Amino acid sequence: MFADTLPGDQGTPYVVAAYLVFLALLLIYLAIMGVRVARMERDLAELDDLVREGRDTPPSSEQEPERIST
Amino acid sequence: MHGKGLRGLSVATIVVLVGAFAVAAFYAPLDADQGFRQKIFYLHVPLAIVALVGFIVGGLLAIQHLRTREPIWDLRSYVAIHISLILGVGVLVTGAIWAKSSWGVWWLWDEPTLVSFLIVFLLYGTYTPMRFAIEDRERQARYASVFAITAGAFVPICFGAVRAQPQEVHPQTFGSGDLPGPMWLTFLVCLAGMALLFYTLYRFEIAAKLARGRLRSLRRQLLDDAPVQRRSAAPTI
Amino acid sequence: MRVLAAVLRKELRLELRTFESVPGMVLFGLTIFVVFHFGLERASVEGDLAAGILVVTLLFAGMLGLNRLYVADEEQGGFDGFLLAPVDRTWLFVAKATALFAYLVALEIVMVPAFALLLLEPGLGQALPELVLVLALTNAGFAIIAALVGAIAVRTRARDLLGPLIALPLLVPVVIAAAGLLEPLLREGGAGGLDAKWLAILGLYDLVFGLLSVAVFDPLLED
Repeated sequence: MFADTLPGDQGTPYVVAAYLVFLALLLIYLAIMGVRVARMERDLAELDDLVREGRDTPPSSEQEPERIST
Repeated sequence: MHGKGLRGLSVATIVVLVGAFAVAAFYAPLDADQGFRQKIFYLHVPLAIVALVGFIVGGLLAIQHLRTREPIWDLRSYVAIHISLILGVGVLVTGAIWAKSSWGVWWLWDEPTLVSFLIVFLLYGTYTPMRFAIEDRERQARYASVFAITAGAFVPICFGAVRAQPQEVHPQTFGSGDLPGPMWLTFLVCLAGMALLFYTLYRFEIAAKLARGRLRSLRRQLLDDAPVQRRSAAPTI
Repeated sequence: MRVLAAVLRKELRLELRTFESVPGMVLFGLTIFVVFHFGLERASVEGDLAAGILVVTLLFAGMLGLNRLYVADEEQGGFDGFLLAPVDRTWLFVAKATALFAYLVALEIVMVPAFALLLLEPGLGQALPELVLVLALTNAGFAIIAALVGAIAVRTRARDLLGPLIALPLLVPVVIAAAGLLEPLLREGGAGGLDAKWLAILGLYDLVFGLLSVAVFDPLLED
Protein backbone atom coordinates (compact mmCIF):
# COMPACT_ATOMS: atom_id res chain seq x y z
CA MET A 1 0.00 0.00 0.00
CA PHE A 2 2.78 2.38 0.80
CA ALA A 3 4.86 1.58 -2.24
CA ASP A 4 2.51 3.06 -4.75
CA THR A 5 1.94 6.33 -2.92
CA LEU A 6 5.50 7.38 -2.27
CA PRO A 7 7.08 9.94 -4.65
CA GLY A 8 8.30 8.65 -7.91
CA ASP A 9 7.46 11.00 -10.75
CA GLN A 10 8.54 14.52 -11.56
CA GLY A 11 5.60 16.18 -9.85
CA THR A 12 7.25 15.79 -6.46
CA PRO A 13 9.24 19.04 -6.20
CA TYR A 14 6.06 21.04 -6.82
CA VAL A 15 4.11 19.25 -4.15
CA VAL A 16 6.93 19.70 -1.69
CA ALA A 17 7.21 23.38 -2.63
CA ALA A 18 3.51 23.91 -2.02
CA TYR A 19 3.59 22.35 1.42
CA LEU A 20 6.75 24.27 2.24
CA VAL A 21 5.03 27.55 1.32
CA PHE A 22 2.26 26.67 3.71
CA LEU A 23 4.76 25.82 6.43
CA ALA A 24 6.65 29.05 5.80
CA LEU A 25 3.48 31.12 6.17
CA LEU A 26 2.72 29.41 9.45
CA LEU A 27 6.21 29.91 10.80
CA ILE A 28 6.23 33.57 9.79
CA TYR A 29 3.00 34.01 11.70
CA LEU A 30 4.50 32.31 14.75
CA ALA A 31 7.53 34.55 14.53
CA ILE A 32 5.34 37.65 14.45
CA MET A 33 3.43 36.33 17.43
CA GLY A 34 6.72 35.76 19.20
CA VAL A 35 7.76 39.36 18.64
CA ARG A 36 4.42 40.54 19.92
CA VAL A 37 4.64 38.46 23.06
CA ALA A 38 8.16 39.74 23.70
CA ARG A 39 6.97 43.31 23.37
CA MET A 40 4.10 42.66 25.75
CA GLU A 41 6.43 41.13 28.30
CA ARG A 42 8.65 44.17 28.07
CA ASP A 43 5.72 46.47 28.66
CA LEU A 44 4.55 44.35 31.55
CA ALA A 45 7.99 44.42 33.13
CA GLU A 46 8.03 48.19 32.79
CA LEU A 47 4.64 48.49 34.44
CA ASP A 48 5.74 46.04 37.12
CA ASP A 49 8.71 48.25 37.98
CA LEU A 50 6.46 51.26 38.10
CA VAL A 51 4.11 49.62 40.54
CA ARG A 52 7.00 48.51 42.68
CA GLU A 53 8.40 52.04 42.70
CA GLY A 54 5.02 53.31 43.66
CA ARG A 55 4.99 51.02 46.65
CA ASP A 56 8.47 51.94 47.89
CA THR A 57 8.11 55.68 47.68
CA PRO A 58 4.80 57.42 48.42
CA PRO A 59 3.59 58.37 44.97
CA SER A 60 2.73 62.00 44.50
CA SER A 61 -0.03 61.21 42.12
CA GLU A 62 -1.82 58.82 44.48
CA GLN A 63 -4.83 61.05 44.68
CA GLU A 64 -5.15 61.26 40.91
CA PRO A 65 -8.71 60.27 39.98
CA GLU A 66 -8.83 57.13 37.92
CA ARG A 67 -8.74 57.88 34.26
CA ILE A 68 -11.38 56.49 32.02
CA SER A 69 -9.76 54.15 29.57
CA THR A 70 -11.12 54.11 26.05
CA MET B 1 -9.59 34.42 30.27
CA HIS B 2 -9.44 34.65 26.53
CA GLY B 3 -6.46 32.37 26.49
CA LYS B 4 -8.35 29.57 28.11
CA GLY B 5 -8.28 26.34 26.20
CA LEU B 6 -5.72 27.65 23.72
CA ARG B 7 -3.21 24.99 24.59
CA GLY B 8 -5.66 22.15 24.08
CA LEU B 9 -6.80 23.75 20.84
CA SER B 10 -3.24 24.05 19.55
CA VAL B 11 -2.44 20.46 20.36
CA ALA B 12 -5.61 19.31 18.62
CA THR B 13 -4.73 21.39 15.58
CA ILE B 14 -1.22 20.02 15.33
CA VAL B 15 -2.41 16.45 15.71
CA VAL B 16 -5.15 16.72 13.12
CA LEU B 17 -3.14 18.77 10.62
CA VAL B 18 -0.01 16.66 10.75
CA GLY B 19 -2.15 13.55 10.69
CA ALA B 20 -3.98 14.90 7.68
CA PHE B 21 -0.77 15.55 5.76
CA ALA B 22 0.49 12.10 6.67
CA VAL B 23 -2.73 10.57 5.42
CA ALA B 24 -2.41 12.61 2.23
CA ALA B 25 1.15 11.49 1.71
CA PHE B 26 0.86 7.81 2.55
CA TYR B 27 -2.72 6.65 2.53
CA ALA B 28 -4.36 8.51 -0.33
CA PRO B 29 -4.01 6.64 -3.60
CA LEU B 30 -2.21 8.13 -6.58
CA ASP B 31 -4.35 9.88 -9.12
CA ALA B 32 -4.53 8.13 -12.47
CA ASP B 33 -3.61 11.04 -14.74
CA GLN B 34 -1.89 13.47 -12.47
CA GLY B 35 0.22 11.25 -10.28
CA PHE B 36 1.86 12.64 -7.23
CA ARG B 37 1.11 16.24 -8.28
CA GLN B 38 -2.50 15.77 -7.40
CA LYS B 39 -1.57 15.75 -3.73
CA ILE B 40 -1.34 19.55 -3.77
CA PHE B 41 -5.10 19.32 -3.98
CA TYR B 42 -5.23 18.25 -0.33
CA LEU B 43 -3.47 21.42 0.71
CA HIS B 44 -4.78 23.98 -1.75
CA VAL B 45 -8.50 23.25 -1.73
CA PRO B 46 -9.05 22.98 2.05
CA LEU B 47 -7.02 26.16 2.44
CA ALA B 48 -9.26 27.88 -0.10
CA ILE B 49 -12.48 26.63 1.44
CA VAL B 50 -11.46 27.68 4.93
CA ALA B 51 -10.34 31.11 3.71
CA LEU B 52 -13.63 31.69 1.91
CA VAL B 53 -15.70 30.53 4.86
CA GLY B 54 -13.56 32.81 6.99
CA PHE B 55 -14.48 35.78 4.80
CA ILE B 56 -18.14 34.95 5.05
CA VAL B 57 -17.89 34.46 8.81
CA GLY B 58 -16.23 37.88 8.95
CA GLY B 59 -19.35 39.26 7.33
CA LEU B 60 -21.61 37.49 9.82
CA LEU B 61 -19.58 38.81 12.74
CA ALA B 62 -19.88 42.26 11.21
CA ILE B 63 -23.66 41.94 11.20
CA GLN B 64 -23.45 41.29 14.94
CA HIS B 65 -21.33 44.38 15.30
CA LEU B 66 -23.84 46.56 13.54
CA ARG B 67 -26.63 45.13 15.63
CA THR B 68 -24.99 45.43 19.04
CA ARG B 69 -22.39 48.14 18.32
CA GLU B 70 -20.03 46.41 20.74
CA PRO B 71 -16.37 46.81 19.65
CA ILE B 72 -15.59 43.17 20.44
CA TRP B 73 -17.61 42.09 17.41
CA ASP B 74 -15.67 44.44 15.20
CA LEU B 75 -12.47 42.93 16.53
CA ARG B 76 -13.74 39.43 15.78
CA SER B 77 -14.77 40.39 12.28
CA TYR B 78 -11.43 42.07 11.63
CA VAL B 79 -9.42 39.09 12.84
CA ALA B 80 -11.46 36.60 10.82
CA ILE B 81 -10.97 38.61 7.65
CA HIS B 82 -7.29 39.16 8.36
CA ILE B 83 -6.53 35.50 8.85
CA SER B 84 -8.51 34.62 5.73
CA LEU B 85 -6.43 37.15 3.83
CA ILE B 86 -3.21 35.52 4.99
CA LEU B 87 -4.51 32.06 4.13
CA GLY B 88 -5.58 33.57 0.82
CA VAL B 89 -1.98 34.36 -0.04
CA GLY B 90 -1.26 30.70 0.58
CA VAL B 91 -4.15 29.69 -1.67
CA LEU B 92 -2.93 31.81 -4.56
CA VAL B 93 0.67 30.67 -4.23
CA THR B 94 -0.17 26.96 -3.92
CA GLY B 95 -2.65 27.38 -6.76
CA ALA B 96 0.07 28.84 -8.95
CA ILE B 97 2.44 26.04 -8.01
CA TRP B 98 -0.18 23.46 -8.88
CA ALA B 99 -0.91 25.20 -12.20
CA LYS B 100 2.77 25.23 -13.03
CA SER B 101 3.12 21.57 -12.23
CA SER B 102 0.04 20.54 -14.18
CA TRP B 103 -0.04 22.83 -17.17
CA GLY B 104 3.35 24.44 -17.18
CA VAL B 105 2.08 27.98 -16.60
CA TRP B 106 1.96 29.93 -13.38
CA TRP B 107 -1.63 31.03 -13.85
CA LEU B 108 -4.76 29.54 -15.39
CA TRP B 109 -7.74 31.62 -16.41
CA ASP B 110 -9.59 28.37 -16.99
CA GLU B 111 -9.58 27.34 -13.39
CA PRO B 112 -12.71 29.09 -12.05
CA THR B 113 -11.87 28.53 -8.40
CA LEU B 114 -8.51 30.22 -8.75
CA VAL B 115 -9.92 33.12 -10.73
CA SER B 116 -12.85 33.69 -8.37
CA PHE B 117 -10.50 33.56 -5.47
CA LEU B 118 -8.24 36.17 -7.04
CA ILE B 119 -11.18 38.56 -7.41
CA VAL B 120 -12.30 37.98 -3.85
CA PHE B 121 -8.75 38.46 -2.65
CA LEU B 122 -8.42 41.74 -4.51
CA LEU B 123 -11.62 42.94 -2.90
CA TYR B 124 -10.61 42.05 0.63
CA GLY B 125 -7.20 43.51 -0.03
CA THR B 126 -8.90 46.89 0.14
CA TYR B 127 -10.30 46.18 3.61
CA THR B 128 -7.22 47.22 5.54
CA PRO B 129 -6.41 50.34 3.46
CA MET B 130 -10.01 51.40 3.84
CA ARG B 131 -9.89 51.01 7.61
CA PHE B 132 -6.60 52.83 7.71
CA ALA B 133 -8.07 55.74 5.79
CA ILE B 134 -10.74 56.42 8.43
CA GLU B 135 -9.43 57.98 11.58
CA ASP B 136 -12.42 58.00 13.85
CA ARG B 137 -12.44 54.60 15.56
CA GLU B 138 -16.17 54.22 15.79
CA ARG B 139 -16.76 55.21 12.19
CA GLN B 140 -13.91 52.97 11.07
CA ALA B 141 -15.55 50.00 12.75
CA ARG B 142 -18.96 50.85 11.32
CA TYR B 143 -17.75 51.29 7.76
CA ALA B 144 -15.62 48.17 8.02
CA SER B 145 -18.69 46.21 9.06
CA VAL B 146 -20.68 47.48 6.09
CA PHE B 147 -17.79 46.47 3.87
CA ALA B 148 -17.45 43.04 5.47
CA ILE B 149 -21.15 42.30 5.02
CA THR B 150 -21.18 43.42 1.38
CA ALA B 151 -18.01 41.52 0.58
CA GLY B 152 -19.25 38.42 2.41
CA ALA B 153 -22.40 38.39 0.28
CA PHE B 154 -20.23 38.91 -2.77
CA VAL B 155 -18.18 35.73 -2.30
CA PRO B 156 -20.81 33.18 -3.38
CA ILE B 157 -22.04 35.44 -6.19
CA CYS B 158 -18.54 35.83 -7.54
CA PHE B 159 -17.92 32.11 -7.52
CA GLY B 160 -21.24 31.49 -9.24
CA ALA B 161 -20.58 34.05 -11.95
CA VAL B 162 -17.07 32.87 -12.75
CA ARG B 163 -18.08 29.25 -12.74
CA ALA B 164 -20.87 30.00 -15.22
CA GLN B 165 -18.34 30.91 -17.86
CA PRO B 166 -17.96 28.27 -20.51
CA GLN B 167 -14.95 26.12 -19.74
CA GLU B 168 -12.40 25.80 -22.45
CA VAL B 169 -10.21 22.86 -23.20
CA HIS B 170 -9.08 22.05 -19.69
CA PRO B 171 -11.37 19.80 -17.76
CA GLN B 172 -12.59 20.66 -14.33
CA THR B 173 -9.52 19.79 -12.43
CA PHE B 174 -10.38 20.72 -8.88
CA GLY B 175 -13.59 19.95 -7.19
CA SER B 176 -14.66 17.11 -9.39
CA GLY B 177 -17.47 15.55 -7.46
CA ASP B 178 -16.62 11.94 -8.12
CA LEU B 179 -13.69 11.27 -5.86
CA PRO B 180 -13.01 7.72 -4.77
CA GLY B 181 -13.57 6.92 -1.11
CA PRO B 182 -10.03 7.10 0.27
CA MET B 183 -9.45 10.41 -1.49
CA TRP B 184 -12.63 11.83 -0.05
CA LEU B 185 -11.63 10.73 3.41
CA THR B 186 -8.21 12.29 3.04
CA PHE B 187 -9.75 15.48 1.80
CA LEU B 188 -12.13 15.70 4.71
CA VAL B 189 -9.39 15.15 7.25
CA CYS B 190 -7.29 17.88 5.63
CA LEU B 191 -10.30 20.17 5.62
CA ALA B 192 -10.85 19.53 9.31
CA GLY B 193 -7.20 20.28 9.99
CA MET B 194 -7.34 23.57 8.13
CA ALA B 195 -10.53 24.60 9.85
CA LEU B 196 -8.97 23.88 13.22
CA LEU B 197 -5.91 25.84 12.20
CA PHE B 198 -8.02 28.84 11.29
CA TYR B 199 -9.89 28.70 14.55
CA THR B 200 -6.71 28.38 16.59
CA LEU B 201 -5.05 31.30 14.82
CA TYR B 202 -8.24 33.28 15.28
CA ARG B 203 -8.34 32.65 19.02
CA PHE B 204 -4.65 33.49 19.35
CA GLU B 205 -5.08 36.78 17.53
CA ILE B 206 -8.07 37.82 19.59
CA ALA B 207 -6.33 36.94 22.84
CA ALA B 208 -3.22 38.85 21.79
CA LYS B 209 -5.15 41.94 20.76
CA LEU B 210 -7.24 42.01 23.90
CA ALA B 211 -4.18 41.52 26.09
CA ARG B 212 -2.45 44.34 24.28
CA GLY B 213 -5.47 46.57 24.82
CA ARG B 214 -5.50 45.89 28.53
CA LEU B 215 -1.78 46.51 28.78
CA ARG B 216 -2.23 49.83 27.09
CA SER B 217 -5.00 50.91 29.35
CA LEU B 218 -3.06 49.80 32.44
CA ARG B 219 -0.11 51.76 31.22
CA ARG B 220 -2.25 54.80 30.69
CA GLN B 221 -3.64 54.58 34.19
CA LEU B 222 -0.28 54.09 35.87
CA LEU B 223 1.72 56.54 33.88
CA ASP B 224 -0.97 59.09 33.22
CA ASP B 225 0.36 59.36 29.77
CA ALA B 226 -1.49 58.56 26.64
CA PRO B 227 0.95 57.16 24.12
CA VAL B 228 0.56 58.92 20.83
CA GLN B 229 -2.28 57.10 19.12
CA ARG B 230 -0.87 56.14 15.76
CA ARG B 231 -3.49 55.84 13.08
CA SER B 232 -4.09 52.16 12.68
CA ALA B 233 -6.33 49.83 10.79
CA ALA B 234 -6.76 47.37 13.62
CA PRO B 235 -9.53 47.76 16.17
CA THR B 236 -8.40 48.44 19.72
CA ILE B 237 -10.58 47.49 22.64
CA MET C 1 -41.67 57.88 -2.36
CA ARG C 2 -42.10 61.61 -2.15
CA VAL C 3 -38.75 61.72 -0.42
CA LEU C 4 -37.19 59.83 -3.28
CA ALA C 5 -38.72 62.20 -5.80
CA ALA C 6 -37.53 65.21 -3.87
CA VAL C 7 -33.96 64.03 -3.43
CA LEU C 8 -33.79 62.78 -6.99
CA ARG C 9 -35.07 66.09 -8.29
CA LYS C 10 -32.36 67.85 -6.30
CA GLU C 11 -29.69 65.54 -7.68
CA LEU C 12 -30.73 65.95 -11.27
CA ARG C 13 -31.20 69.68 -10.97
CA LEU C 14 -27.74 69.96 -9.46
CA GLU C 15 -26.28 67.97 -12.28
CA LEU C 16 -28.04 70.03 -14.92
CA ARG C 17 -26.76 73.21 -13.39
CA THR C 18 -23.20 72.27 -12.65
CA PHE C 19 -22.54 69.50 -15.19
CA GLU C 20 -20.17 67.85 -12.77
CA SER C 21 -20.53 64.27 -13.84
CA VAL C 22 -22.01 63.44 -17.19
CA PRO C 23 -19.91 65.54 -19.60
CA GLY C 24 -16.75 64.32 -17.94
CA MET C 25 -17.90 60.73 -18.15
CA VAL C 26 -18.81 61.08 -21.82
CA LEU C 27 -15.54 62.70 -22.74
CA PHE C 28 -13.64 60.09 -20.76
CA GLY C 29 -15.53 57.29 -22.48
CA LEU C 30 -14.90 58.64 -25.95
CA THR C 31 -11.23 59.06 -25.17
CA ILE C 32 -11.04 55.46 -24.01
CA PHE C 33 -12.46 54.33 -27.33
CA VAL C 34 -9.68 56.18 -29.08
CA VAL C 35 -7.11 54.70 -26.74
CA PHE C 36 -8.47 51.23 -27.41
CA HIS C 37 -8.12 51.82 -31.11
CA PHE C 38 -4.48 52.65 -30.70
CA GLY C 39 -3.81 50.12 -27.99
CA LEU C 40 -5.33 47.24 -29.92
CA GLU C 41 -4.28 48.53 -33.34
CA ARG C 42 -7.69 47.69 -34.72
CA ALA C 43 -9.92 49.81 -36.87
CA SER C 44 -13.00 47.76 -36.15
CA VAL C 45 -14.07 45.17 -33.66
CA GLU C 46 -16.93 42.75 -33.35
CA GLY C 47 -18.16 39.88 -31.25
CA ASP C 48 -16.48 39.27 -27.94
CA LEU C 49 -13.84 41.95 -28.45
CA ALA C 50 -16.51 44.55 -29.11
CA ALA C 51 -18.50 43.41 -26.09
CA GLY C 52 -15.43 43.62 -23.91
CA ILE C 53 -14.43 47.08 -25.06
CA LEU C 54 -17.92 48.46 -24.63
CA VAL C 55 -18.39 47.04 -21.15
CA VAL C 56 -14.95 48.03 -19.91
CA THR C 57 -15.31 51.57 -21.22
CA LEU C 58 -18.70 51.96 -19.57
CA LEU C 59 -17.23 50.56 -16.40
CA PHE C 60 -14.37 53.06 -16.26
CA ALA C 61 -16.60 55.97 -17.15
CA GLY C 62 -18.91 54.77 -14.40
CA MET C 63 -16.01 54.86 -11.95
CA LEU C 64 -15.62 58.50 -12.75
CA GLY C 65 -19.27 59.00 -11.91
CA LEU C 66 -18.78 57.09 -8.67
CA ASN C 67 -16.10 59.47 -7.55
CA ARG C 68 -18.26 62.50 -8.20
CA LEU C 69 -21.43 61.11 -6.74
CA TYR C 70 -21.12 62.14 -3.12
CA VAL C 71 -18.47 64.82 -3.31
CA ALA C 72 -20.87 67.73 -3.22
CA ASP C 73 -22.68 66.30 -0.20
CA GLU C 74 -19.45 65.72 1.62
CA GLU C 75 -17.97 69.12 0.97
CA GLN C 76 -21.04 71.24 1.41
CA GLY C 77 -22.79 69.54 4.28
CA GLY C 78 -25.38 67.76 2.24
CA PHE C 79 -25.06 64.75 4.50
CA ASP C 80 -25.89 66.77 7.58
CA GLY C 81 -28.81 68.33 5.81
CA PHE C 82 -30.17 64.93 4.99
CA LEU C 83 -29.63 63.61 8.48
CA LEU C 84 -31.59 66.46 9.96
CA ALA C 85 -34.59 65.74 7.81
CA PRO C 86 -37.07 63.35 9.44
CA VAL C 87 -36.86 60.80 6.66
CA ASP C 88 -35.60 57.27 6.22
CA ARG C 89 -31.92 57.57 5.33
CA THR C 90 -32.11 54.76 2.85
CA TRP C 91 -33.85 57.10 0.41
CA LEU C 92 -30.57 58.87 -0.09
CA PHE C 93 -29.09 55.65 -1.37
CA VAL C 94 -31.99 54.99 -3.71
CA ALA C 95 -31.87 58.54 -5.01
CA LYS C 96 -28.12 58.42 -5.62
CA ALA C 97 -28.36 55.06 -7.36
CA THR C 98 -31.23 56.28 -9.53
CA ALA C 99 -29.34 59.45 -10.38
CA LEU C 100 -26.27 57.52 -11.41
CA PHE C 101 -28.45 55.21 -13.44
CA ALA C 102 -29.78 58.27 -15.25
CA TYR C 103 -26.24 59.56 -15.84
CA LEU C 104 -25.21 56.20 -17.27
CA VAL C 105 -28.22 56.24 -19.60
CA ALA C 106 -27.26 59.72 -20.78
CA LEU C 107 -23.71 58.48 -21.18
CA GLU C 108 -24.82 55.53 -23.28
CA ILE C 109 -27.02 57.62 -25.52
CA VAL C 110 -23.86 59.34 -26.68
CA MET C 111 -21.34 56.58 -26.34
CA VAL C 112 -23.06 53.62 -27.91
CA PRO C 113 -23.67 55.37 -31.25
CA ALA C 114 -20.13 56.70 -31.02
CA PHE C 115 -18.94 53.17 -30.48
CA ALA C 116 -20.87 52.05 -33.54
CA LEU C 117 -19.33 54.84 -35.55
CA LEU C 118 -15.78 54.52 -34.38
CA LEU C 119 -15.15 50.90 -33.76
CA LEU C 120 -18.05 48.59 -34.25
CA GLU C 121 -18.09 46.44 -37.35
CA PRO C 122 -21.68 45.19 -37.47
CA GLY C 123 -24.39 47.80 -37.13
CA LEU C 124 -26.28 48.54 -33.95
CA GLY C 125 -29.62 47.90 -35.51
CA GLN C 126 -29.29 44.16 -35.52
CA ALA C 127 -30.22 43.72 -31.88
CA LEU C 128 -31.26 47.07 -30.49
CA PRO C 129 -33.98 46.05 -27.99
CA GLU C 130 -31.77 43.34 -26.51
CA LEU C 131 -28.91 45.78 -26.30
CA VAL C 132 -31.07 48.22 -24.41
CA LEU C 133 -32.13 45.52 -21.97
CA VAL C 134 -28.59 44.38 -21.31
CA LEU C 135 -27.36 47.93 -20.82
CA ALA C 136 -30.24 48.68 -18.47
CA LEU C 137 -29.40 45.71 -16.25
CA THR C 138 -25.71 46.55 -16.36
CA ASN C 139 -26.39 50.16 -15.45
CA ALA C 140 -28.45 48.99 -12.50
CA GLY C 141 -25.57 46.90 -11.22
CA PHE C 142 -23.09 49.75 -11.67
CA ALA C 143 -25.43 52.25 -10.04
CA ILE C 144 -26.16 50.12 -6.99
CA ILE C 145 -22.53 49.32 -6.25
CA ALA C 146 -21.39 52.87 -6.98
CA ALA C 147 -24.00 54.38 -4.68
CA LEU C 148 -22.94 52.06 -1.87
CA VAL C 149 -19.18 52.21 -2.33
CA GLY C 150 -19.24 55.93 -3.06
CA ALA C 151 -20.77 56.56 0.33
CA ILE C 152 -18.05 54.47 1.97
CA ALA C 153 -15.21 56.04 0.06
CA VAL C 154 -16.21 59.68 0.18
CA ARG C 155 -15.47 60.05 3.86
CA THR C 156 -12.08 58.44 3.80
CA ARG C 157 -8.75 59.97 3.05
CA ALA C 158 -7.88 58.52 -0.32
CA ARG C 159 -11.42 58.75 -1.62
CA ASP C 160 -10.69 58.88 -5.35
CA LEU C 161 -8.51 55.84 -5.08
CA LEU C 162 -10.52 53.72 -2.68
CA GLY C 163 -13.81 54.11 -4.51
CA PRO C 164 -12.81 52.36 -7.74
CA LEU C 165 -10.50 50.01 -5.86
CA ILE C 166 -13.37 48.61 -3.83
CA ALA C 167 -15.98 48.83 -6.58
CA LEU C 168 -14.08 47.14 -9.38
CA PRO C 169 -13.74 43.66 -7.85
CA LEU C 170 -17.35 43.89 -6.73
CA LEU C 171 -18.39 44.66 -10.30
CA VAL C 172 -16.51 41.80 -11.95
CA PRO C 173 -19.59 39.53 -12.09
CA VAL C 174 -21.46 42.35 -13.84
CA VAL C 175 -18.65 42.67 -16.36
CA ILE C 176 -18.61 38.92 -16.93
CA ALA C 177 -22.36 38.73 -17.42
CA ALA C 178 -22.61 41.89 -19.54
CA ALA C 179 -19.79 40.82 -21.82
CA GLY C 180 -21.32 37.37 -22.11
CA LEU C 181 -24.65 38.88 -23.04
CA LEU C 182 -23.30 41.47 -25.46
CA GLU C 183 -21.02 39.16 -27.37
CA PRO C 184 -23.69 37.47 -29.51
CA LEU C 185 -25.42 40.81 -30.04
CA LEU C 186 -22.38 42.43 -31.55
CA ARG C 187 -21.37 39.54 -33.73
CA GLU C 188 -20.49 40.04 -37.34
CA GLY C 189 -23.00 38.47 -39.67
CA GLY C 190 -26.14 38.60 -37.60
CA ALA C 191 -26.80 38.72 -33.91
CA GLY C 192 -27.36 35.70 -31.76
CA GLY C 193 -29.91 35.63 -28.98
CA LEU C 194 -29.57 36.53 -25.32
CA ASP C 195 -28.08 33.86 -23.13
CA ALA C 196 -30.58 33.17 -20.37
CA LYS C 197 -27.87 32.09 -17.96
CA TRP C 198 -26.14 35.47 -17.98
CA LEU C 199 -29.43 37.30 -17.86
CA ALA C 200 -30.33 35.36 -14.74
CA ILE C 201 -26.96 36.03 -13.12
CA LEU C 202 -27.09 39.74 -13.89
CA GLY C 203 -30.66 40.01 -12.66
CA LEU C 204 -29.82 38.07 -9.51
CA TYR C 205 -26.79 40.24 -8.86
CA ASP C 206 -28.85 43.43 -9.17
CA LEU C 207 -31.52 42.05 -6.89
CA VAL C 208 -29.19 40.73 -4.20
CA PHE C 209 -26.97 43.78 -4.05
CA GLY C 210 -29.88 46.14 -4.35
CA LEU C 211 -31.53 44.60 -1.30
CA LEU C 212 -28.26 44.24 0.55
CA SER C 213 -27.28 47.87 -0.01
CA VAL C 214 -30.64 49.08 1.15
CA ALA C 215 -30.25 47.00 4.31
CA VAL C 216 -26.74 48.07 5.01
CA PHE C 217 -26.71 51.74 3.97
CA ASP C 218 -28.04 53.27 7.16
CA PRO C 219 -24.96 52.88 9.37
CA LEU C 220 -22.89 54.77 6.84
CA LEU C 221 -24.75 57.94 7.49
CA GLU C 222 -24.74 58.14 11.22
CA ASP C 223 -22.37 60.99 11.78
